[in-house]
Amino acid sequence: MDGWEVVIGLEVHAELATATKLFSGARNEFGGEPNTNVDPVSLGLPGSLPVLNEKAVELAIRVGLALNCSVQASEFARKNYFYPDMPKDFQISQFDQPINGEGWLELPDGRRIGIERAHLEEDTGKSTHVGGGGRIHEASYSLVDYNRAGVPLIEIVGKPDLRSGEDARAYVSELRSILVAIGASDGKMEEGSMRVDCNVSVRPVGEDELGTRCEVKNINSLRSLGRAVTYESRRQVDLITSGQKVDQQTRHWNEEDGRTHTLRSKEEAFDYRYFPEPDLVPVAPSAEWIDEIRAAMPLLPGERRKRLAGEAGIQPAAAALTVERGLDDLALAAMDLGADPERVLVHVENNLADGQGALTADAFSALVAMETGGVLTATQAKTVLADLVDSGGDPAAVAATHGFEAMDTSELEGLVDGLIAENPDDWEAFVGGDEGERKKKSGFFVGQIMKATRGQADGRVVNEILERLADGV
Amino acid sequence: MSALSLAASVRSGERSARGIVEEHLAAIADGEGEIHAFNLVTTDAALERADRVDAVVAQGGDPGPLAGVPVALKDNMCTRGVPTTCGSLILDGWRPPYDATVVERLDAAGAVIIGKTNMDEFAMGSSTENSAFGPTLNPRDTTRVPGGSSGGSAAAVAAGFTPLSLGSDTGGSIRQPAALCGVVGVKPTYGAVSRYGLVAFASSLDQIGPFARNVADAALLLEAVAGHDPLDSTSIPVSAPDLLGVLDRGVEGLRVGIIEEISGSGPTGLEGFAPDVQSRLAEAAEALAAAGAVVEKASVPSTVFGLSAYYVIAPAEASSNLARFDGVRFGLRVDAENTVDMNAATRTAGFGDEVKRRIMLGTYALSAGYYDAYYGKSQKVRTLIVEDFARAYQSFDLLLSPTAPTTAFPIGEKVDDPMLMYLNDVCTIPSNLAGHPAMSVPFGVGDDGLPVGVQVLAPANGEPSMFRAAAVLEAAAGGSAGSRHDS
Amino acid sequence: MEPDADTSTPGRITRDDVAYVARLARLNLTDSELDGFTGQLADVLEHAADIEALDLDGVAPTSHPLPLANVLRADVPTVGPAEEADHRLFCDEVLAAAPAAEESRFRVPPVLGEAP
Repeated sequence: MDGWEVVIGLEVHAELATATKLFSGARNEFGGEPNTNVDPVSLGLPGSLPVLNEKAVELAIRVGLALNCSVQASEFARKNYFYPDMPKDFQISQFDQPINGEGWLELPDGRRIGIERAHLEEDTGKSTHVGGGGRIHEASYSLVDYNRAGVPLIEIVGKPDLRSGEDARAYVSELRSILVAIGASDGKMEEGSMRVDCNVSVRPVGEDELGTRCEVKNINSLRSLGRAVTYESRRQVDLITSGQKVDQQTRHWNEEDGRTHTLRSKEEAFDYRYFPEPDLVPVAPSAEWIDEIRAAMPLLPGERRKRLAGEAGIQPAAAALTVERGLDDLALAAMDLGADPERVLVHVENNLADGQGALTADAFSALVAMETGGVLTATQAKTVLADLVDSGGDPAAVAATHGFEAMDTSELEGLVDGLIAENPDDWEAFVGGDEGERKKKSGFFVGQIMKATRGQADGRVVNEILERLADGV
Repeated sequence: MSALSLAASVRSGERSARGIVEEHLAAIADGEGEIHAFNLVTTDAALERADRVDAVVAQGGDPGPLAGVPVALKDNMCTRGVPTTCGSLILDGWRPPYDATVVERLDAAGAVIIGKTNMDEFAMGSSTENSAFGPTLNPRDTTRVPGGSSGGSAAAVAAGFTPLSLGSDTGGSIRQPAALCGVVGVKPTYGAVSRYGLVAFASSLDQIGPFARNVADAALLLEAVAGHDPLDSTSIPVSAPDLLGVLDRGVEGLRVGIIEEISGSGPTGLEGFAPDVQSRLAEAAEALAAAGAVVEKASVPSTVFGLSAYYVIAPAEASSNLARFDGVRFGLRVDAENTVDMNAATRTAGFGDEVKRRIMLGTYALSAGYYDAYYGKSQKVRTLIVEDFARAYQSFDLLLSPTAPTTAFPIGEKVDDPMLMYLNDVCTIPSNLAGHPAMSVPFGVGDDGLPVGVQVLAPANGEPSMFRAAAVLEAAAGGSAGSRHDS
Repeated sequence: MEPDADTSTPGRITRDDVAYVARLARLNLTDSELDGFTGQLADVLEHAADIEALDLDGVAPTSHPLPLANVLRADVPTVGPAEEADHRLFCDEVLAAAPAAEESRFRVPPVLGEAP
C-alpha cells in the first residue's frame, strides 16, 4: 500500500448506564425474559408518548464535556424507516441540533482526533434469525425481542482524522476508557453495549480530496477493527489500481473469512424524512446544570496520565499502562510516601497485571524502599510483592517468612574468594579480559554464587566485588 | 337531563347510577340501529361500573363530579381490554393493554364509559364516511352526515344516547360535527388535555375535548379530564381550569372580534359560506353585544392559508405516526414471504383510501428534496398564523366565526372529492395550528332546518372567557335540551 | 425525482413520484389507483401552492405550539414490587395481541437485509 493513505472516521454507539430507558420508565437491564422490560412506549403501541430521561441527558452532557464538545440546546427528530426491530418504524434521534457539538479526543500519545458531534438516540429491539445458521439472508423467520428497544444510546461521530488500524484501535480504546471513567457506559464491545462502525476510504499520498468511503459494520472487537481496516483499505486500493471505482456502500465485516461483504439485500432507498419530533419539546440545559456536572466529573484518563507523568517525571505516554490498569492512584500514593517512582512504575507494569489486590500504598512504598536500599534483590522483591497482592501484610514480615535477608558483604566476599580459588583459569580470563569477556565471565561467577546462596545474593554486589578484586590485583 | 343534574342526583342518592345507565342503554337500543353512532356499546362493563358507583354512595362516599354519568369515547382512545379500532380494519379487534389517561381520569371522576364511538378512519375526514365500519348518520336528519371525524361522539350526544362524550380535534374534528349535529363541542388549548392513549393522527395538532348538549356540561367534562400529565411531554404544567365557577359572569366589557377572513364577510377572505350560516353568525354577534360585549370586525389575515399549511403538516406527521401499523406487533397481519412484503400487504388491505392518500401526501412532503418546499414552508405559515392571532388578541379578548361554512351536507355528496371535503375545515383549522382553544355553540338553524354552530375562539389558556361567551350565546339561542337548571 | 435546489414549489407531482412514496410508505397500488391518487394528490398540492405568494424569508418555523422546554423524567423504574403483578398481565396481553409469537417473542417472516 505504498503511496496510499487510509482515512478512517469512526461512529461509536454506546449504551448509557441509566436505570430506565430513554423515553419511558421501562427498565434498562441486560438479560431478562424476552419482552418483559417493556411498556406501551417501548413497544410503540398506538397512543404511547415519549418522556425524556433526565439521567440520560446528564450522562450525555458528561460525555460532551469529556470530549471537549460544546454542550448546546437541542431537539429531537424522527428518523423514519421500516424495520421489525423498530417498534414505531421511526427512531427518535437528534438531527439538526445535537446536544453536543464539535470537540476532540486526545490519544495517549498526545495526538488529537476531532469529534464531529455526540447525540442522544434510542436503541432498537433485537432480532434472532431462525434457520439458515442464524444468518439474516438465509433465515426462515425471525423473532423479535423489544427489551432493548428504547435503551438510551449516545452516538459519537468522529472526524476522519485517523490514518491506520492502530490509530483506530487506540481511539476506540481511549474512548472506552473515558466512557467508563465518567460512568456513562460500561463500554463492552463484545456484549454490544459499545458498537463501532468504521468509515474507510483511501487516497494517494499527498492528495487533499477524500476518496469514496465505505461504511463497515459488524465489528465486535478491537482486533476485528484492526483487521477490518486492513482488509477494507487494501480492497479499495486494489479496486482503484486495477482501474475500477470504489462504490459508496455499507459493507459487513465477516470475522470468519476475514473480509467485508455487501449484503444481498433488496434495493432499499433509505430516505429518512427527518423532521422535528412533535411529541418532545426542546432540551436547553442551563449553564448552572452544566457547571454542576462539570464540577462532579471524575478525572479523565488523559488527566490521570498527565498527573502521574508529572509526579514521576516521565512522558504522559509512558504513564498510559499504569492508568489503563487503574493503578495510578496506588502508584501516586506510594510515591507520596517516598518510594522511588521508577521502581514503582516498573513493578506496576511488570508485576501488577492483575490489579493491586490486597496491596496497600504503605506496603508498596515500604517494599520499594527495601529494594532500593539493597535489603532485597529485584527477584526477592517480586516474590514479596506477589504475596502482598495475594494476602496483604507488611513487606518486612513477608520477606522474613521467605528467609530473605540481605547477605553480608563480607560473607559474599568469602564466597567469591572461594570460587576464584576453585576456578583459576576463569578468574585469569576475567581479570585479563576486555569489557565483553568480563561480562561473559562475570555471568559465570554470579551464576555460581546465586546457586550457592539459593538466589539470596545480590547480583550487583557480587559484580562490584569481582571488579574490585580484579582491579586491585 | 343535564349531566350536572344527573351527577348531583347520584351523589345525593336520589337516583341510582344503574338506573341512569339503563335508561341510556335503552335509548341506544332504540335508536342506534339507525344512527350507528357506536362501534361498540360496553353494556356489561357499564352496568358493572354503575353498580360500583352506587356502592360507594351507599357507603357514604363521593364517587366524584361525574358520578354515574354515561360518557362515550371516540374509538381512537385506548381502553384496556376493550376493542379500539380507530374506525379502521387494520385495528379491527385490537384490545389495547393499557388505558388512556383521560380514561383513568373519567374513572376517578365516577363516570361510566358506555361505549366507543364511530369515526373517520384514524380521524382523517369531516363526515365519518371514511369509517371502515360504515357511516354514522346525523340524528337531526338521517340523510345527512353528522360531520367528522368525531361524528359518532357528536351523534351519540345529539341523539340522547349519552349526555357526554369525548372526541378528538386535529383540524376541527370536534367542533365541525358539533355544529352539524347541534351540540356543544370544545377543542381545548393544545396541551390542556393529555394525549397519552390517544392514537395519534397529527401530534402537534391533536387534542381531546368534550361534546355535550349544553355549555355547563361541556365545562364539567373538560374540568374532569384536563390538567397536567407527566406521561405527555406536551402537556401544559397546570391543573384543570375552573370553568363551572365562572360560567355565569357574562360578557360585559369583553371585546369580541369577528374574523372577517373566515366569516365570508370580508373582501380578502374565503368564499363558500352559506348565507344562512352568515346570518346566524350576525345574530350571534348581536346577542353578545346585547349582553354587554364590544363586538367589531377583526382581521387575522393568515387564516386563509391555514388549509394549505394544514394539509401538508397534518399528513406529514400522520405518515410517520401511522408507520407503526405494520403487521408485526398488533392488529391486522396479511402474511407474505418476507417482512417488507408483509408490511405492504397488511397496510394495503388494512387502510382505506383517505388514509392512504394522506400517508402518501405526507411522505412526499417530507421526502428528500421536498422538505423545505412543503413541510418547511408550512411550518413557517404556522408562525404567521400564530403572529396574526397574537396581534388580533391585542385588541380583542375573544374572536368569533362560523364553525363550518354550511349546514350538514347529504351523505355521499363530497366523499369522492377530497379537496371539496377539506374545505369544511377552513374555520376550525387555524386554532389547531396556533394551539388555541375554540368551541362550537349551537345557534339556531339554517334555512333547511338543520343546526348551525357558531365558533368562539380564545387565546391559549383562554377557556374561562371562552366558556362565558358560550354561555351567553346558549342563553340567547334559547338554551338547549337539558340546561343545568333542570332538575 | 429531480427536486429543485431552492425552496420554490416543485413541479406537479408525477405518477413516478407517487409510486416512489407508496413504496417508501409500504403501500401497494394498482395501476388505476396510481392514476387516481396522482390526480388527487396533485390537486391538494396545487392548492397548497397559494403559500407561494407569501414572503417567508426570515420567518422561523413553528414545530411546537407551546413554548415548553426541558420536560424531563426522573430515572426511576415504573414497575416496582407493587406494580409487578399487573406488569406481568400487561406483558401477557401484549403477546396475546401479537399476530404471531413464539417463545415470548414476536415472529415475523424473513427480514431482507440489515437495518441501516
